[in-house]
Amino acid sequence: MKYIVCLKQVPDTMDVKVDPVTKRIVREGVPSILNPYDYYALEEGLRLKERFGGTTVAITMGPPQAEAVLKEAISLGADEAYLLSDRAFAGSDTLATSYTLAQAIRKIGEFSIILCGREAMDGSTGQVGPELAEHLEIPVITYVSKIINVTENDMECVRLLEDHYETLKSPLPAVITVIKEINEPRLPSLKGMLRAKKTQIPVWTKQDIGGNDLQYGQDGSPTKVVEIWRPEIKKEGKIIKGEPDELAEAIYQELKKLGAA
Amino acid sequence: MEIIVNKDKCTGCRVCVDVCPVGAITLDNDGKAQIDERCSFCRLCVKECPENAIEIVGEEKKKSETDLNQYKGIWFFAEQKHGKLSHVSFELCGISLKLAETLKEEVCGVIFGSKCDEMAQELFNRGANKVYVVEDESLDEFRQDIYVCLMTELIKKYKPNIVLASATMIGRSFIPQTAARLKTGLTADCTDLAIDPDTKLLQQIRPTYGGNLMAKIVCENHRPQMATIRPKAVEEAKPTGNNSGIIVKDNFASFNATCRVDLISKEAVEQTIDLQEAEIIVSGGRGLGDGKNFEMIRKLAELIGGAVGASRAAVDSGWIPYPHQVGQTGKTVKPKIYIACGISGAIQHLAGMSTSDYIIAINKDPDAPIFKVANLGIVGDIFEVIPKLIQKLESKR
Ligand SMILES: Cc1cc2nc3c(=O)[nH]c(=O)nc-3n(C[C@H](O)[C@H](O)[C@H](O)COP(=O)(O)OP(=O)(O)OC[C@H]3O[C@@H](n4cnc5c(N)ncnc54)[C@H](O)[C@@H]3O)c2cc1C
Ligand SMILES: Cc1cc2nc3c(=O)[nH]c(=O)nc-3n(C[C@H](O)[C@H](O)[C@H](O)COP(=O)(O)OP(=O)(O)OC[C@H]3O[C@@H](n4cnc5c(N)ncnc54)[C@H](O)[C@@H]3O)c2cc1C
Repeated sequence: MKYIVCLKQVPDTMDVKVDPVTKRIVREGVPSILNPYDYYALEEGLRLKERFGGTTVAITMGPPQAEAVLKEAISLGADEAYLLSDRAFAGSDTLATSYTLAQAIRKIGEFSIILCGREAMDGSTGQVGPELAEHLEIPVITYVSKIINVTENDMECVRLLEDHYETLKSPLPAVITVIKEINEPRLPSLKGMLRAKKTQIPVWTKQDIGGNDLQYGQDGSPTKVVEIWRPEIKKEGKIIKGEPDELAEAIYQELKKLGAA
Repeated sequence: MEIIVNKDKCTGCRVCVDVCPVGAITLDNDGKAQIDERCSFCRLCVKECPENAIEIVGEEKKKSETDLNQYKGIWFFAEQKHGKLSHVSFELCGISLKLAETLKEEVCGVIFGSKCDEMAQELFNRGANKVYVVEDESLDEFRQDIYVCLMTELIKKYKPNIVLASATMIGRSFIPQTAARLKTGLTADCTDLAIDPDTKLLQQIRPTYGGNLMAKIVCENHRPQMATIRPKAVEEAKPTGNNSGIIVKDNFASFNATCRVDLISKEAVEQTIDLQEAEIIVSGGRGLGDGKNFEMIRKLAELIGGAVGASRAAVDSGWIPYPHQVGQTGKTVKPKIYIACGISGAIQHLAGMSTSDYIIAINKDPDAPIFKVANLGIVGDIFEVIPKLIQKLESKR
């Protein structure tokens, strides 16, 4: 049984530096990291292998630099990894991204479960998992919090939906997207890191994965970003300083006006 | 498609380096901008470059083969729980009516469930012109495969121009698969929508990069134009008193819908707090310093009939469980009163509460960004101010 984990490299928005002199945000060298949610997908992919046997395969679509997240996956215990990288993939929206992943997965061959993160920290659409399932014509279960059992033909798992959990049984192969609750990701081992260092990661281009030219990259992307800007946040408010009692009184009066006190 | 820097125009001013959200721009040996393959084509550098030295080339306009004009009408998926429409349905109705003002097309709700007539009436009351209904006992339960099948087939049959759904867990689960089956675009988690007066295209506005940037997205050559809308981001449609409209019923059996996945059992999440329904929220952040200090927040909330919220820093510290988190990766809320105590106002927190009707912030740092969104900003120590406030509320009751 093969478990395929989809990983995305994202910019580390937490790690924004401010130039001490100019006070401007320094973006140069914003580090790229593995999407935080994808650690949970990867961990679950590794646990599936440990519990039910099989192999864990990591894939990512991205620029050559994205190889780093695959190396990380190998250091954590993934058996194989493939980098999907081609200028032709540039400008992909979620429909084209999921198509590209689907084509690569078809090439990998037989598989049992595909694991995705709940959403990527940068694009954060959460659409790639469900769209990937559609391209492969297999079921998808979103927001999975627990995998109860896996056999050759099916899987039992628990998923969160707004205000309740559902226990579901799905035929395999299937796609799942996972939430944080599912596990506690492991740390890389020294042995794993050495293995990652030595591993050559195959790079697949559009040629390698075949399919329909018009479904890749910008051509295969119905949505288009036409404008982008920084949000302006500004409200006409009053700011007051003073003794704690005055301040508490100001809030009290306001609450009274608003009918809450 | 490629992004290029005109090295003759580039002055090496670094504006692009600073604005690039993915850090893909650096200066080369000649001090000119160079863009690596991490570029996500967000176009911020193109817009910000003072010399207009950056452009995107090779973006050919391909015309759509299908006749886009045959697609008419603004649809929204009306979510329901136990036979009652949820508030997000009215929000979708509200934004659809706003779009209809410019687009001049019908506003139509879509309901799946067992007893839909009453819910349809409610949508007419809120201003919808038409409601598409598929009725069956089994549809009260969300089932991915079935919902995708019904939605796709209805869209193929009636050809709406625009299809909206809420970015709830249900919407974010089945709408992407529906869009993929229809091979059309889907914009996620929008906070606003508009119609371009010239092209009549749907302009879809959404936060990205952790809320640090806003993007406007269009879907030019595919129909329908689809989007999910963040709960509480847009105004609900108000009741009009009008109760007439057209109900279009399609027979459930005619869809031959089957679900590959079996539902074995259901279990309610323990002690859910409905932050999104609360009219008053008192939230605590890292400034509380310790989990036990949430007692003070709870007390204040209780006295004014509010619910308790929190920043991610407070949740990550283990002071309060995740369902209380407000923000980008927590709940989006829009209460009448939001009181932020010891919360700095990071952009991801603001993303979840900045549209609240009235915001009170208590923070000892006068430069805290939370004050930018506050109607009433209190520069002070929460441990001094809140106990005093509690006293006042208790004594003057
Ligand atoms: C400003 C901006 C706004 C955008 N808005 C939209 C939009 O509204 N709709 C739209 O269709 N596209 C949009 N895109 C494009 C979208 O970001 C890309 O298609 C991206 O490759 C995937 O989407 P995501 O980051 O939202 O991933 P998500 O769908 O949030 O990712 C979920 C999971 O899918 C897997 N995954 C995602 N990407 C990859 C990958 N490259 N390789 C391997 N696994 C992956 C991971 O497991 C991940 O955890 C936008 C792009 C930009 C720059
Ligand atoms: C992708 C992503 C998603 C995120 N999602 C969310 C989210 O959903 N929700 C969220 O909240 N955050 C989110 N964050 C985290 C966010 O960036 C901030 O780190 C977080 O909101 C900070 O919480 P805070 O304001 O409580 O803590 P801090 O930023 O540490 O602020 C504490 C504040 O308390 C004040 N203070 C301290 N002591 C006192 C006192 N005695 N009296 C008065 N004031 C005092 C300080 O002046 C300070 O302003 C996200 C981050 C990322 C990158």
